[in-house]
Amino acid sequence: MSIRLIVLMCLLVLSTQGYANLFIEINRGNDNPAPIAIVPFAKSQGLPENVQKIIAANLERSGFFKPIPPADMLALPTTQEEVVFRDWRLSGAHFLVIGELQKEPTGYAVSYKLFDVLSQKVMHAAVVKGSDEGLRDISHAISDTVYEKITGIRGIFGTKMLYVQDLKRPGASRYRLMYADVDGARARALVKSSQPILSPTWSNDGKRIAYVSFETSRPAIYVMNLATGQATQMTNFKGLNGAPAFSPDGSHLAMVLSKDGSPDIYVMNIATRQLRRITKDRYIDTEPNWSVDGTAVIFTSNRGGSPQIYQVNVNSGRPERLTFEGDYNARPRVTPDGKSMVMVHRQNGVFHIASQDMASGDMRILTETWLDESPSIAPNGAMLLYATQRNNKGVLGAVSMDAGIKFLLPSGQGDVREPAWGPYLN
Amino acid sequence: MKNVYSTIAICAAIGLATGCTSNKTVDEVIEAPQTVEVPEVIEQAPQVVDERPVYIDTTFYFEFDSARLTSGARASLMLHAEQLSDSPRAIRLEGHADERGSREYNMALGERRANAVRNFLILQGVRSSMIETVSYGEEQPQELGSREGAWSKNRRVELK
Repeated sequence: MSIRLIVLMCLLVLSTQGYANLFIEINRGNDNPAPIAIVPFAKSQGLPENVQKIIAANLERSGFFKPIPPADMLALPTTQEEVVFRDWRLSGAHFLVIGELQKEPTGYAVSYKLFDVLSQKVMHAAVVKGSDEGLRDISHAISDTVYEKITGIRGIFGTKMLYVQDLKRPGASRYRLMYADVDGARARALVKSSQPILSPTWSNDGKRIAYVSFETSRPAIYVMNLATGQATQMTNFKGLNGAPAFSPDGSHLAMVLSKDGSPDIYVMNIATRQLRRITKDRYIDTEPNWSVDGTAVIFTSNRGGSPQIYQVNVNSGRPERLTFEGDYNARPRVTPDGKSMVMVHRQNGVFHIASQDMASGDMRILTETWLDESPSIAPNGAMLLYATQRNNKGVLGAVSMDAGIKFLLPSGQGDVREPAWGPYLN
Repeated sequence: MKNVYSTIAICAAIGLATGCTSNKTVDEVIEAPQTVEVPEVIEQAPQVVDERPVYIDTTFYFEFDSARLTSGARASLMLHAEQLSDSPRAIRLEGHADERGSREYNMALGERRANAVRNFLILQGVRSSMIETVSYGEEQPQELGSREGAWSKNRRVELK
């Protein structure tokens, strides 16, 4: 287990002009992306990773930027002295990134500068260091900073995701719990099993994950320490053992168990394994997700005749119904600011991802694909990952919370599903 | 052979129905002895089974977001219940759902379906300690595809 987060950010603030208000309107989406030129960095040729390409792809996928291909650039400056702003204005670039890569005794150091082409000023300058295998980490760190300096929103390119891969052929490694960069790169299997794996989820500090595995021929909840790769079986109850969700402080796991008859929400103290029953009825209660402050659990229940989203205060136990639109609303996830939630919503027989404003109750459908499920929100709240189908294959999709940006993540072998977007790791 | 079995099923069904009626209408005690005939019919059944095994459905199908047993499933399960009381064995009921909707809700739905079969078998006299239930949700479809044809085959309980 070697998450390489030895990316050191040394901020050399050369210019601190008031660029904080130079934000791109978030609701513009990809209708009007800002042209940006990321010039190939000096001494970056012949390396195992193409830093320029990774940064450009990250920024393009965010929907806010339109990277200019290097072939269309009039010049390829690598120092500030070589920058001719007129050339970049002619190319239509609003922003410019140049830099130089240095090989160090162990790893790499990249010094780079971000310019505002129109005002001809340096917006940001920094040096990023990484290990020998850290070129992607460096690229993501630069992408995150450039994105944040221009949009005012924290970047998520350096975050990780989990997802489940099903190779769809019997064998000891048919089902895999995968761990990857959010652009899909550097994917590797944390768990392999001949039996189904589902419901992967993160602790808020990104150090542990929880998931459900059928490796004992029955479902059980496991918690894995990512640094050691050690997995601990947390439950072994009769019936359902599913839908784990770490409390915001990481001390408890909400889950669904049916040991007492029907599927109900329980909260387990991870240290003592003590269980507290939160719901108690003869209906299906499942898919718990914590409110941002950890005082309530939002979950799916069919107590009203069809699956709908409810919220229950974990102390008082008082439930409240949150969704009223449509006859199928399930698997809620609350946004990081707690102001809205996303869910699986059925409209005209088709399953989409929808968001609902917590205060007004207004619902909005975000996806146009079908058989959509498992929405998972980015830690900056700007985008979500979900699972869908294309050509009878399970693939991952992404959509911005304003539905303006949509793309599918290419899948490797077999079906991929149940993406879980990881938290910020620092 | 199948005919023999369906007659048994019908007899059993009638027996059950009259049994229920007599329970409800307490005064009509005279009706009760008629149900005694049913066990006589059942006694013949093992001989038939010994000669040549008869296929009884081991997969039971359900409607979308429903755990209600169909009448066909009930008839087959009555035959299973008879077999299981004659020659008890541990059985495993695996509940499944189609791919639509959310995965953990489908896990719960698969369990609902397995429990519906379990409860029916227990009512028919099968010992609960012999029945294990497990739900696989939508994780193990019987048939691949995203049309009702495949979905209807995946909303099921398998008796193993």
